[in-house]
Amino acid sequence: MATVDEPLYPIAALINELKNADVQLRLNSTRRLSTIARALGEERTRNELIPFLSENNDDDDDDVLLAMAEELGVFVPYVGGQEHAHVLLPPLETLCTVEETCVRDKAVESLCRIGSQMKENDMINWFIPLVKRLAAGEWFSARVSACGLFHIAYPSAPEMLKMELQAMYSQLCQDDMPMVRRSAVSSLWKFAAIVEPAHLKNNIMTMFENLTQDDQDSIRLLAVEGCATLGKLLEPQECIERILPVIVSFSQDRSWRVRYMVADQLSELCQAVGPEPTRMDLVPAYTRLLRDNEAEVRVAAAGKVTKFCQILNPELAIQHILPCVKELSLDSSQHVRSALASVLMGMAPVLGKDATIAQLLPIFLFLLKDDFPDVRLNIISKLDQANEVIGTDLLSQSVLPAIVELAEDRNWRVRLAIIEYLPLLASQLGVKFFDDNLAALCMQWLQDQVYSIRDAAANNLKRLAEEFGPDWAMQHIIPQVLEMIDNAHYLYRMTVLRAISLLAPAMGPDITCSKLLPVVISASNDRVPNVKFNVAKVLQSLIPIVDHSVVENTIRPCLVELNEDPDVDVRFSANQAIQGIDHLMISS
Amino acid sequence: MNGAEVKGVESPAEPLEWRFSQVFGERSAGEEVQEVDIISAIEFDKTGDHLATGDRGGRVVLFERTDKRDHGGYRRDLEMMDNPVRTHPEFRYKTEFQSHEPEFDYLKSLEIEEKINKIRWCQTANNALFLLSTNDKTIKFWKIQEKKVKKICDMNIDPSKATGNCNPACSIVKPHVTNGGCADRSYGCLSKDFALPAGSFAALHFPTFILSCLSKEGKKGYLRHHVVGIFQHAFIALIAKDVLISDTKSSECISKMLIKEYLFKVSARIDSYGTEKVQQMVHSNETSLSARCRRIYAHAHDYHINSISNNSDGETFISADDLRINLWNLEISNQSFNIVDVKPTNMEDLTEVITSAEFHPTHCNMLAYSSSKGSIRLIDLRQSALCDSHAKLFEGMEAPNSKSFFTEIIASISDIKFGKDGRYILSRDYMNLKALWDINMDSGPVATFPVHEYLRPKLCDLYENDSIFDKFECCLSGDGTRVATGSYSNLFRVFGCTAGSTEATTLEASKNPMS
Repeated sequence: MATVDEPLYPIAALINELKNADVQLRLNSTRRLSTIARALGEERTRNELIPFLSENNDDDDDDVLLAMAEELGVFVPYVGGQEHAHVLLPPLETLCTVEETCVRDKAVESLCRIGSQMKENDMINWFIPLVKRLAAGEWFSARVSACGLFHIAYPSAPEMLKMELQAMYSQLCQDDMPMVRRSAVSSLWKFAAIVEPAHLKNNIMTMFENLTQDDQDSIRLLAVEGCATLGKLLEPQECIERILPVIVSFSQDRSWRVRYMVADQLSELCQAVGPEPTRMDLVPAYTRLLRDNEAEVRVAAAGKVTKFCQILNPELAIQHILPCVKELSLDSSQHVRSALASVLMGMAPVLGKDATIAQLLPIFLFLLKDDFPDVRLNIISKLDQANEVIGTDLLSQSVLPAIVELAEDRNWRVRLAIIEYLPLLASQLGVKFFDDNLAALCMQWLQDQVYSIRDAAANNLKRLAEEFGPDWAMQHIIPQVLEMIDNAHYLYRMTVLRAISLLAPAMGPDITCSKLLPVVISASNDRVPNVKFNVAKVLQSLIPIVDHSVVENTIRPCLVELNEDPDVDVRFSANQAIQGIDHLMISS
Repeated sequence: MNGAEVKGVESPAEPLEWRFSQVFGERSAGEEVQEVDIISAIEFDKTGDHLATGDRGGRVVLFERTDKRDHGGYRRDLEMMDNPVRTHPEFRYKTEFQSHEPEFDYLKSLEIEEKINKIRWCQTANNALFLLSTNDKTIKFWKIQEKKVKKICDMNIDPSKATGNCNPACSIVKPHVTNGGCADRSYGCLSKDFALPAGSFAALHFPTFILSCLSKEGKKGYLRHHVVGIFQHAFIALIAKDVLISDTKSSECISKMLIKEYLFKVSARIDSYGTEKVQQMVHSNETSLSARCRRIYAHAHDYHINSISNNSDGETFISADDLRINLWNLEISNQSFNIVDVKPTNMEDLTEVITSAEFHPTHCNMLAYSSSKGSIRLIDLRQSALCDSHAKLFEGMEAPNSKSFFTEIIASISDIKFGKDGRYILSRDYMNLKALWDINMDSGPVATFPVHEYLRPKLCDLYENDSIFDKFECCLSGDGTRVATGSYSNLFRVFGCTAGSTEATTLEASKNPMS
């Protein structure tokens, strides 16, 4: 008997539920197939469970099929190890033919996993015939799946069979159905990676070149990725001769989607062809993409400016790329400008200080005045990169108006974004600049109309206190925050409590006891219950920070009082906090 | 593409001989036509072997050719020989399903009719049929498949009466339930030290399946078409050698085509056989058809969807409403891309709406749409993401002296279709079938076939009773040699459109088509 630790009744129930009318139960059972298999033992799994699954994998529900495809991929140990792995092939073969793509993909993935564990002889007897059957399948779904299996089948095939497999793959590359050709082009690099170099150069590259000429845009689109993956497999010279022309022609493809893919995959493509050909041949292609008619293409291209410039030398970048960047900063599409803004400053280290100040800074400052908030935000988010090259003085004066404007933007999401960048700005621009210009803003946000902003503002104070230290905070944050506890609006009073609970850990026990705690205690007499139960919560959060005697002498009495409150929520929170104290006592 | 399969025509000049072939959904004399039964969409699949109709009640009914496929490979050969005793294509009822239900959009206080506006066939896979159907707002992707009818028996445990062959299992259950209430918990929580009776694993077995047997009659439970009674419903017209599908549906005041209660008879019959229990382990190939909605593409249209069309890449399709065209991936139902938007910033500036849109049959990047102003725009998806500018514009110019109040109304194009090779576009406006715009020549239509010229003096009356806004569809035969469109009084017209052809036939949708 195999494993006896799993009791029988649940197994019986699981088996029954494989065919339950309720999808959820079928799904659960399918996910526990390994449990069933362990209970049955290897032999019965092979003889009963797997045939059962093979016969009954016509489930209507894709989730069940998906789960089955996934489970079977790790089933080799349950059927008796590698020599019996082939029994798993029939149910997966059926799953490879269903029309739902995600199920097929998972089945192919599982087949690959099983195939890579099988013995060579079994591969020839079981796996390769399966691949051949699928590749010759009547319906496109089988042929689509077949494409993803060749790279597993091929290495163990004898010479004759290898030729046959290559011929079959070539056939799939010319299939009538675009779905099959799409699958063939996406899987081509996997097949190419294991094919002998001679075949790679001839057969595979011929297949690939045909696919790059396909009428269907969707196939050429996928072939762009193929350029990168295949290029890495070829020798450099070969790659330049055969892949580079394809990339250049794709960059001028009539379909903007294909050009978009070239822009999107640019870094990978440059890696594939190497730095020298990039400088020679891809610069013109790239500048064309930067000036493309279609905004989507320009967005993708603009986002790659920095990465591309890192491959080039400064002269080329200044000569060819920078003029395009200037044009893009005036682009009619806000998305293009936004994409550019997010990477623009990355160019600074490549260009060097002089060129940056002379050429890049004007663009940078221009984008800071953009109408579209995203553009400004993207510029500000990368301020640290600019700082390294240009220095604070030059920046601070130009950045400040932009920050103030964003801080008061009508759209709260924009305000939220700028708050999140504030600690970064503070660290880059220095304490003095912050005190003079930004401190007031931070306080202003605490009284924003939108809760998310108030919350973020409280968090921001904490991060600032961590950045500049308790002494600074005592001077510039704490008094202003504590003042607000007298605000007429209870929501703002709650914000103060929130800020206190966040600031306390950063300020340390002394300041907490002397400054923060009294304010919290006095707030426990607030007339609004919401404030009161927040007091209880804040007190609870302060317990670990302050000294034990303070807890007993100040916090506990206050909580006990709150625990008598007429409001049920206040009592609940107070009670929770008191339990927290007790719990701490026991553990300490 | 229209699905009509036209087989070896010897000479285009030779006029076709029309004879009545089949009618579905006959109505008995004096029976009222129910609104929900009126057919609102009809579409052949690529092979011509299947026909789908959608009605105002949101139902889709499928028909299949009875002589299909068994000798599929040889049919072409048979056709090559000029065999006079050729069998006529004959269709039979296959199945029906409820595709759309009436809905209410609470946000916009809008009732959404269940009426099927368009049906489009998709790529067949694994012996299952796939189609898209749409009402005004929601597109659905359907799979119609034959399923083996199975009944499960011989379970390990029968929860109601724990007896028989599940005894060993049940005997194990008891102590656990009493000991620790394990019944509620998950399966893995049972104690490890519990000793199983030796050999109890042998008691586990898998459920077996009984294939419920439909009787032969039940399986082939289609209704042979009635040849008696008055013909006035859905019909398939048959020519001696060619099948052309007429398209006289459109406005309800014209030909009323129905497919009706015989469906219920058939489904009732299948039910009674389907539930019949047969003895254990009867292996049989009996099947039942099931239609399942695979995906729902919703909430992408503010206006009424008038067209859907599949791309030749097999992965995308478009849906067009009055002002916008959206591009979808068949596998992704929660996002679509807007590719054409003719909505003006100020709705008062609105001068034309999209009336129909269709993808080119082979070029994945080409798409044509027609407008209420009588123009057809060909757009190239390769050019830009939002195709506001068209690659080509086809406009049929009315002679300037014939301009009248009605010129613009009757110029509105109600339907466009690409020919099979994609070179020509067929369009239909109120007066004419503007056969065949050559997509390489945008100066004017290659040929125009007047359909309603006799109505020109009566346009005023037609305007009064709104008939002038009636919409008619059009279609091309599979070989591109003939075109057809609908008209009033149960009539439809067929024209030969090869060079030099003068063929122009008017047929009535009745048992005697040449009346």
